[in-house]
Amino acid sequence: MTNPNNVSLNLSHALEFIDGHALNIPTITLLDQNGNLIDGAHAPELDKDTALRIYDTMRFIRLLDERMQAAQRQGRISFYMQCLGEEAAVTASAAALKDDDMIMAQYREQAALAYRGFTLEQFMNQMFSNEKDLGKGRQMPIHYGSNELNYLTISSPLGTQIPQATGYAYGQKLKHIDAKTGELNSQIDAVTICYFGEGAASEGDFHAGLNMAAVHGSPVIFFARNNGYAISTPADEQFKGDGIAARGVGYGIKTIRVDGGDALAVYAATKLAREIASKNGEPVLIESIAYRLGAHSTSDDPSGYRSKDEEAQFRDNCPIERFKKWLLNQGWLDLSEDDAVKEKLREDILNALKVAEKVAKPPLEDLISDVYDTPIPALQKQYEELKEHILQNPDAYPTTAGRIK
Amino acid sequence: MAKMNMLHAINSALDITMAEHPQACIFGEDVGYFGGVFRATSGLQEKYGKHRVFNTPLTEQGILGFANGLAAFGAPALAEIQFADYIFPAFDQIVNESAKFRYRSGNEFNVGNLTIRTPYGGGIAGGLYHSQSPEAYFAHTPGLKLVVPRNPYQAKGLLRSCIKDDNPVIFFEPKRLYRASVGEVPEDDYSIPLGKAEIVREGKDVTLLAWGAQMEILEQAADKAESAGISCEVIDLRTILPWDVETIAQSVMKTGRLVISHEAPITNGFGAEIAATIQQECFLHLESPILRVCGLDTPYPLALEKEYVPDALKIFAAIKKSVEF
Ligand SMILES: Cc1ncc(C[n+]2csc(CCOP(=O)(O)OP(=O)(O)O)c2C)c(N)n1
Repeated sequence: MTNPNNVSLNLSHALEFIDGHALNIPTITLLDQNGNLIDGAHAPELDKDTALRIYDTMRFIRLLDERMQAAQRQGRISFYMQCLGEEAAVTASAAALKDDDMIMAQYREQAALAYRGFTLEQFMNQMFSNEKDLGKGRQMPIHYGSNELNYLTISSPLGTQIPQATGYAYGQKLKHIDAKTGELNSQIDAVTICYFGEGAASEGDFHAGLNMAAVHGSPVIFFARNNGYAISTPADEQFKGDGIAARGVGYGIKTIRVDGGDALAVYAATKLAREIASKNGEPVLIESIAYRLGAHSTSDDPSGYRSKDEEAQFRDNCPIERFKKWLLNQGWLDLSEDDAVKEKLREDILNALKVAEKVAKPPLEDLISDVYDTPIPALQKQYEELKEHILQNPDAYPTTAGRIK
Repeated sequence: MAKMNMLHAINSALDITMAEHPQACIFGEDVGYFGGVFRATSGLQEKYGKHRVFNTPLTEQGILGFANGLAAFGAPALAEIQFADYIFPAFDQIVNESAKFRYRSGNEFNVGNLTIRTPYGGGIAGGLYHSQSPEAYFAHTPGLKLVVPRNPYQAKGLLRSCIKDDNPVIFFEPKRLYRASVGEVPEDDYSIPLGKAEIVREGKDVTLLAWGAQMEILEQAADKAESAGISCEVIDLRTILPWDVETIAQSVMKTGRLVISHEAPITNGFGAEIAATIQQECFLHLESPILRVCGLDTPYPLALEKEYVPDALKIFAAIKKSVEF
């Protein structure tokens, strides 16, 4: 007897339900808190340059986050979101990819973008929504995007990037499909990684995206950042069962769970995930377990929903420190310069902030461009009327009035 | 030229597209081997393979999310939503994602390669969940284009333009006409420009405006009016967003009167937008108030469909009212 999917049925005569928690997926961890390889663990191949780039990126993001969090408190930018506690998960996963791989992030993945080479100035221009922002000053701070760096522009509604990643990856695979047989005729050269939180994994888009990726064989790495909270909602009010990973198994997707505080484990898992996705043309799910150390965003105050004790318990497990200790163990890091580099970075960040803050806002034309490839007549007309209105009341519109052509 | 019904015409436009782009994909519920519930994609899977013409799981948001991603990648994404009534689970993907991809990214990314096809409208005794005309919801969303053909010739030419257009487009297919409307259609490729209304019949007393399946009804009403000695100018809007203000305004300046008709409920239907704009453009030329003959503000009914829809008689009554004002 087979089920409609032609999988042999495993017949039984004992009336027994499978427990919703029957799956107990292990969490892969390689490094202990002192940066030592745990007995029996194997370190992935990771060259010194890549390892140092991971470290530099994590440190940079920690400093940027600190500075911008403060800048928001000072009222210089309207909003910010830190990556605090998840630096290793995001940076090491991004490091395991190739530059041509597409990154579809949720919002808290600035480290992946930084790893790709987004410059400090580009970060600042976006946050200050000035005329140099690639997104033309249209979205709230942290909604970054760069075509050049294969980083899809962030969209606020949660989960929407998940089925998009499935579609995008399908396109990446199409290039390698034999038109006659429909079979993969070579390894897929670029795949997609899709990041999302355990909260977003409750959206319908999650179900849709994973199911379609499984059915159609999209080479996409689903990277669930399970950091314990979705704003104020703890994970145990978000889902039952064995985390997000168990769902991957349910969809028929190869799944792994990693310690998101362990850069080495994340790197190893993502490297393997990429290999599977590109070779077999199929999706993979990685669930990273970490803790969101900071507030959800600058609009949030976590003291209202979790205890100082709880936070302290995780604060000691800094993912950057853990990786740093491993680098030191390898003899790859020279600590004598570490403080000086940090100081210099802080200065660069502050300077870049001061520069970006003074750059003019986008011109009035950017208000109507990109709605369509070229403005439609009705919009062109509304624009002309608006221009006229502004020119008649220049004092009321100081950012644009003086620059209208 | 060949005699085709609207399904053949659509199939032909899709066929040309699939042959033209090695990465173009057609997908949706049951569109694969079955050719879609209306058979618009018949024979295409045999021709282009299962990896380019395929069934999706039953998930409209998944279809549109997938389509957005595929189009952002650069492949023509030809997504089918089985009935326009079921486009709402995908509403977020269309309104927040497709429509804003280019804008929110400062043109770093776009989904101009996306075309959504979906059968809309009543007249098939489908009741409230197989008869809706949801165009107005989408017409409120900058970044989309909305197109509705009225016959096979228009369907093929307009669909080809939608596919070639560098913006996401929803192509609403009047399902009542799928097989009912037959006409001469070139087998070769051709396209009809978007954003342009078509004057289907010239006249001098009153302008009649509609789109899609409603055009047939409008012409019947115009015939009635002609017999009563009223000369009607009949216009097919064809593209709802962006819509051709100029052609309508010029016609109304000539006739001084406008009657608009659509199947969707009257309140906040797209006719409201047209009435407001034309009133502003043509105020001093208007001889009577702009009238709308539309669906009622109720869900689409089953038993009393004839009473509900704007038929030729109701439109004829409006024409008389407009002329005799
Ligand atoms: C569709 C949608 N609903 C609600 C929100 C508001 N919102 C923004 S972030 C967030 C929590 C997300 O939590 P999670 O996905 O776990 O990611 P994390 O913030 O923990 O990284 C919510 C509810 C939204 N952006 N989009």
